[in-house]
Amino acid sequence: MTLDQVKPGQGGIIETIGGEGALRRRLLDMGLTPKTKVTVRKVAPMGDPIELYLRGYVLTLRAEDAAKITIREEAEA
Amino acid sequence: MTHYLLALAGNQNCGKTTLFNCLTGSNQHVGNFPGVTVEKKEGPLLKNHELSIVDLPGIYSLSPYTSEEVVTRDFILRENPDAVINIVDATNIERNLYLTLQLMELNIPMVIALNMMDEVRASGNSIDVKKLSDHLGIPIVPISASKKEGISELVHTVKKIATGPKKPPMKLDFCRGPVHRAIHAIAHIIEDHAQEAGYPVRFAATKLVEGDRPMQEALHIDPGDQHIIDHIVEDMERDLGTDREAALADMRYSYIEEICADCVIKHQETREQVRSEKMDKLLTHKYFGIPIFLGIMLLIFWLTFSVIGAPLQELLENGIGFLTGELAHLLAASGVSPWLQSLLIDGVCAGVGSVLSFLPLIVLLFFFLSLLEDSGYMARVAFVMDKLLRKIGLSGRSFVPMLIGFGCSVPAIMATRTLSSDRDRRMTILLTPFMSCSAKLPIYGMITAAFFPQNGGVVMFAMYVLGILVAILSGLLLKNTAFKGKPIPFVMELPAYRFPSARSVLLHMWEKAKDFLRKAFTIIFIASLVIWFLQSLDWKLNLVEDSANSILASIGSAIAPIFTPLGFGDWRASTALITGLTAKESVVSTLAILTGASSDAQLGGILQTMFTPLSAFSFLAFTILYMPCVAAFAASRRELGSWKAAAGTALYQTGAAYVVSLLIFQVGRLFL
Repeated sequence: MTLDQVKPGQGGIIETIGGEGALRRRLLDMGLTPKTKVTVRKVAPMGDPIELYLRGYVLTLRAEDAAKITIREEAEA
Repeated sequence: MTHYLLALAGNQNCGKTTLFNCLTGSNQHVGNFPGVTVEKKEGPLLKNHELSIVDLPGIYSLSPYTSEEVVTRDFILRENPDAVINIVDATNIERNLYLTLQLMELNIPMVIALNMMDEVRASGNSIDVKKLSDHLGIPIVPISASKKEGISELVHTVKKIATGPKKPPMKLDFCRGPVHRAIHAIAHIIEDHAQEAGYPVRFAATKLVEGDRPMQEALHIDPGDQHIIDHIVEDMERDLGTDREAALADMRYSYIEEICADCVIKHQETREQVRSEKMDKLLTHKYFGIPIFLGIMLLIFWLTFSVIGAPLQELLENGIGFLTGELAHLLAASGVSPWLQSLLIDGVCAGVGSVLSFLPLIVLLFFFLSLLEDSGYMARVAFVMDKLLRKIGLSGRSFVPMLIGFGCSVPAIMATRTLSSDRDRRMTILLTPFMSCSAKLPIYGMITAAFFPQNGGVVMFAMYVLGILVAILSGLLLKNTAFKGKPIPFVMELPAYRFPSARSVLLHMWEKAKDFLRKAFTIIFIASLVIWFLQSLDWKLNLVEDSANSILASIGSAIAPIFTPLGFGDWRASTALITGLTAKESVVSTLAILTGASSDAQLGGILQTMFTPLSAFSFLAFTILYMPCVAAFAASRRELGSWKAAAGTALYQTGAAYVVSLLIFQVGRLFL
């Protein structure tokens, strides 16, 4: 599944990072690399962007960009 | 005297500005890096003029995609600093070290300032600094920039490294497997090219593996070699089952995970991180988040423009008025010629004085803005408001400057400096003046009283909406034309909330005040002089009694026909538009002077002979949309970094005003 479909409070392990150019590079640079554990913390009041927790810090990105990241869901929240 | 150059590099939100302030004090010179509007701060290290330190932009990587990143790598490669201080946030060490690994490849002596170590310790976590330093081969000094701990040790280490003998290159053994093979194979091929172009070989090779276009161009690699390089990269990609950019990011993060597993003990999130999560439960809450934000902004406006700002402004106005009066007496008593008296009193004092009285508002506004910025709340505003601005090609970060635009365009434009993207900054500077500022209120008052006494509120509201509408339409238009190209992706860190340091807030206020004062005494001073000359002299340079005979009036008359299609071809209207450039409210006083009205009621009566309700509406629309006052123009020149860009912005705004007023008048005429 893709990261934008993950419900707040749930997370998983990143499998692939899509997108291209500046966006893709930025995602990688911020630590969204394959095999990284990531949790979706919440969704902004207007339904977008979303708030993530990974590598010990909090990151926000837009749902359309999160849709380019595929993850393997983990059982634990 | 030998001069040593130091560079301070690090991520955003890692305390870089706090450390820079610690290291240089108020002794800072603020400017831009050449050719871009990326801020460059420079200052001597602890008043020691032998060592100067440059604050590089806060970045996360050395990719070729943002001007901040390109500026950083160019600065380090071209200026060849004697040492780089890499500030690393110890509470967020994995992501911070990612930049460290890239800086190491630039082959400049480096020191790591491991910031916020106090927070790491306080939460029961720990970092084995000695071990980490051994892994990286770089000296590391644990510090707390906000508490000023470890600063003298950092300075000592930096001095030793910068002034000591140049060490052999650092060990760079953090690549593994196929990536390692690719980097070394390519390094072998391009060694001569890299040396010729002045790049560290390892850095150049890594960049070529990443497919970094500026590096490919800089090295002038012949097609044969390029073919081999492509082949090497393809092999690497096949071996790893991933592409080149992901391969390198993965390599760096894998290495970081490895050394962190060895040196970092993290039982739990720090207290600050836990506290932030709790605060965000409320501050970015699904229903309360937006009302809280609007409430905070309302409070700031209320405090700035009425509670604290207004009395201060009045005080300053009175002070300036008093001084002007004294000066007038003095000049009159000493028998200085009348024209010089008029020049100094009506020109300089009145012009600069009226702008100067805005100083308290600007300082106050920046006091609150730095609280929002330094506490970490500004990132939440961007998070909460992003969706609104996305459609016009901006991100949530631009929301606050635009909101401030409703108060005054000058601080609004100055506030764009915190935007992390050059493109967003330019676009926000262009669009912000369309937010109707408070100086335009007297104009609304004048026009509505004369033409729309029953519907004043509606007309005023319509003007605000018109401004926002024009900004939105401009955004839609410009994101596909002048600001084409991909915006910088909105992938932003939400830093932990921290208590802003008084020192940083005060320095920030002082810097903005200085900036504004400099403007007031240069460009605004000159503009006041010019307007005075035009308003007080005729073409034969005689002082005029009646300003209707002045040069300004004749220029007004000359350009008046341009405004005929908009419904206000009267020379007094066009003259008022010119003086409105010194400050928008001057439109009212100029119209009063030129019509010879002695009271508001009389002015209203005369205006009714000059305008029809429709043309008055069109005039009003033009007034709010056309280029902002000189102070705002000067601010945008400074933030855009060039006269040309600022003039282009002003031209666009005036053009937009013309088109909108033309449409209002011509379409309106069909129905009325």
